Amino acid sequence: MAETSPRTLFDKVWDSHVVEKLPDGTCLLYIDRHLVHEVTSPQAFEGLRLAGRKVRRPDATIAVVDHNIPTSDRRAGIAEPESRLQVETLEHNVADFGVPYFPVLDERQGIVHIIGPEQGISLPGTTIVCGDSHTSTHGAMGAIAFGIGTSEVEHVLATQTLLQRPAKNMLVRVDGTLPPGCTAKDIVLAIIGRIGTAGGTGHVIEYAGEAIRALDMAGRMTVCNMSIEAGARAGMIAPDDTTFEYVRGRPYAPKGEALERAIAYWRTLPSDPGAQYDRTVTIDAATIAPMVTWGTSPETVAPITGAVPDPAAEPDEAKRAQMQRMLDYMALKPGQKLAEVPIDVVFIGSCTNGRIEDIRAAAKVACGRKVAPGVRALVVPGSGLVKKQAEAEGLDRILLDAGFEWREAGCSMCLGMNPDKLTPGQRCASTSNRNFEGRQGPGGRTHLLSPAMAAAAAVTGHLADVREFF
Amino acid sequence: MDAFTTLTAIAAPLPLANVDTDKIIPARFLKTIKRTGLGVHLFDTLRFDETGAERPDFVLNREPYRHANILIAHENFGCGSSREHAPWALLDFGIRCVIAPDFADIFHNNCFKNGILPVRLPREICDLLIEDAKLGGNARITVDLQREVVVRPNGEEIKFQIDPFRRHLLLEGLDDIGQTLQHGSSIDAYEARGTADRSWMPAIA
Repeated sequence: MAETSPRTLFDKVWDSHVVEKLPDGTCLLYIDRHLVHEVTSPQAFEGLRLAGRKVRRPDATIAVVDHNIPTSDRRAGIAEPESRLQVETLEHNVADFGVPYFPVLDERQGIVHIIGPEQGISLPGTTIVCGDSHTSTHGAMGAIAFGIGTSEVEHVLATQTLLQRPAKNMLVRVDGTLPPGCTAKDIVLAIIGRIGTAGGTGHVIEYAGEAIRALDMAGRMTVCNMSIEAGARAGMIAPDDTTFEYVRGRPYAPKGEALERAIAYWRTLPSDPGAQYDRTVTIDAATIAPMVTWGTSPETVAPITGAVPDPAAEPDEAKRAQMQRMLDYMALKPGQKLAEVPIDVVFIGSCTNGRIEDIRAAAKVACGRKVAPGVRALVVPGSGLVKKQAEAEGLDRILLDAGFEWREAGCSMCLGMNPDKLTPGQRCASTSNRNFEGRQGPGGRTHLLSPAMAAAAAVTGHLADVREFF
Repeated sequence: MDAFTTLTAIAAPLPLANVDTDKIIPARFLKTIKRTGLGVHLFDTLRFDETGAERPDFVLNREPYRHANILIAHENFGCGSSREHAPWALLDFGIRCVIAPDFADIFHNNCFKNGILPVRLPREICDLLIEDAKLGGNARITVDLQREVVVRPNGEEIKFQIDPFRRHLLLEGLDDIGQTLQHGSSIDAYEARGTADRSWMPAIA
């Protein structure tokens, strides 16, 4: 029996959710939690309506608006007609199909991947899906959590299942202690730099090792969030006391005796000794430095102490051409020191780094300093509750006094579907997850980095080594 | 969904690696509530300049590739977001098959849901097919899903492999949800059992 051989965390959660295994190995997988937002759901609800189908488990579904909404005052509604239509369409759909929903003026509204864990909706040992690739974030709870397309959103709404083949297991072990000034963001950028943007294709990555164990839940979510940038379908971290303490007391989490039963079960989930992985990568945390990307793929990353690489040194012709194209797009020169690259905009937020811990890290650097002249710096909390907490701690005052903009919750400039976007040629130090061409606005140039590094860039006006601020 | 059996068509060469979904269709075009009509935005920044004029050097702006139904690219095609707008835009433009050394997982999945066949072939073979495609309108490539072969313009056949279940759905043009609902009693049984196993999990209300 498979159950008696050593299993990984992924294997255990997977096995407990197989409804039926089809003869060719495809599994009908049960989905515990379905998170829905306005961009990837309209066509799915339309499909249900056309086929006369219902939402099978509204009580396992939660909807929120995040991608489209402005991050300025929202009481007057949404000015942009297409964004407004998408939000209104979601509102009609959740009403018609009886799906729980956090509307835009609800303080619980926020980025779907921030609010899932925040509300205790995302729990260890469960399966979680959403029509968004950064669903991998929730794997930090010890869940199987992955992004799906709109057809699959419709499939889950109608059946509460998905047809899936099991992924391969990959272990990424980060040993040792992270040096001062380095964060979860630097860990995950270093991992992507090592294995590449297709390094995890076909795999679920389990992150383990001393440096991962030492992370708080916010840091674990940052790491799992960017699993997709390594090509992996999902990232997972074994649940432990840090996880259980995080879950305790959250609105939708189990309580009392049910929580104790849940924790007893969750303690059985970590990978068994001797469990087999299809691939293992180990990284020494001590070798990690604050990281920043220089190109238009998350794998094009280097320590802040480094320089822009020279395409001439790349032997493969196609790769050389692609690298040159990146440097042209980014307006960077080979050999240019990264710590001297001037920036126009700073974006602190997103499902990668929009949690309270991220805002604290940015405020710590910003405290008593000023945003450099000519730089626009935005701080966009990941949820209304993150915003409220930051204001209770006075972080908004610190940031506003330093010259940062303090905005309402949403995806914002991570992907520029709302009015927050770069103009052509603008260069942004961003705590988000993708530096693709035009991602933050047509012609915009993105450098990915941690919140503390972003704040350091804001106050110096160029990419800067945050370690010089302590 | 339209079935996919055999396609003989013009193939557009796009020898780029890591073609991400933002490149296939930028986020600003995702504000639609429909599946159709996205073809005009396919590869928007590669295809059009800042004024909206076509970039004459981009492959899909040149004859005969404006009429291509097959796209041939390099590694990690479709990386990035889960947006199904990427395959919708390809399909709306007329692309029914993408050939590449490998694909990002979610994009790969999304193709099958829309009657687009993603074919994985080694990089050297993709480069051969890219050279074939560069020959233009008379150099048609055939993709035969029934036999799992790509036929080069010179008649040479190259074998590929597709997951049998997905091949079956694509050949028949079958709706996934309909298939799954045939297992409705298993889902009912699982819910009865699974809910007992995870009775600690509250409902969202």
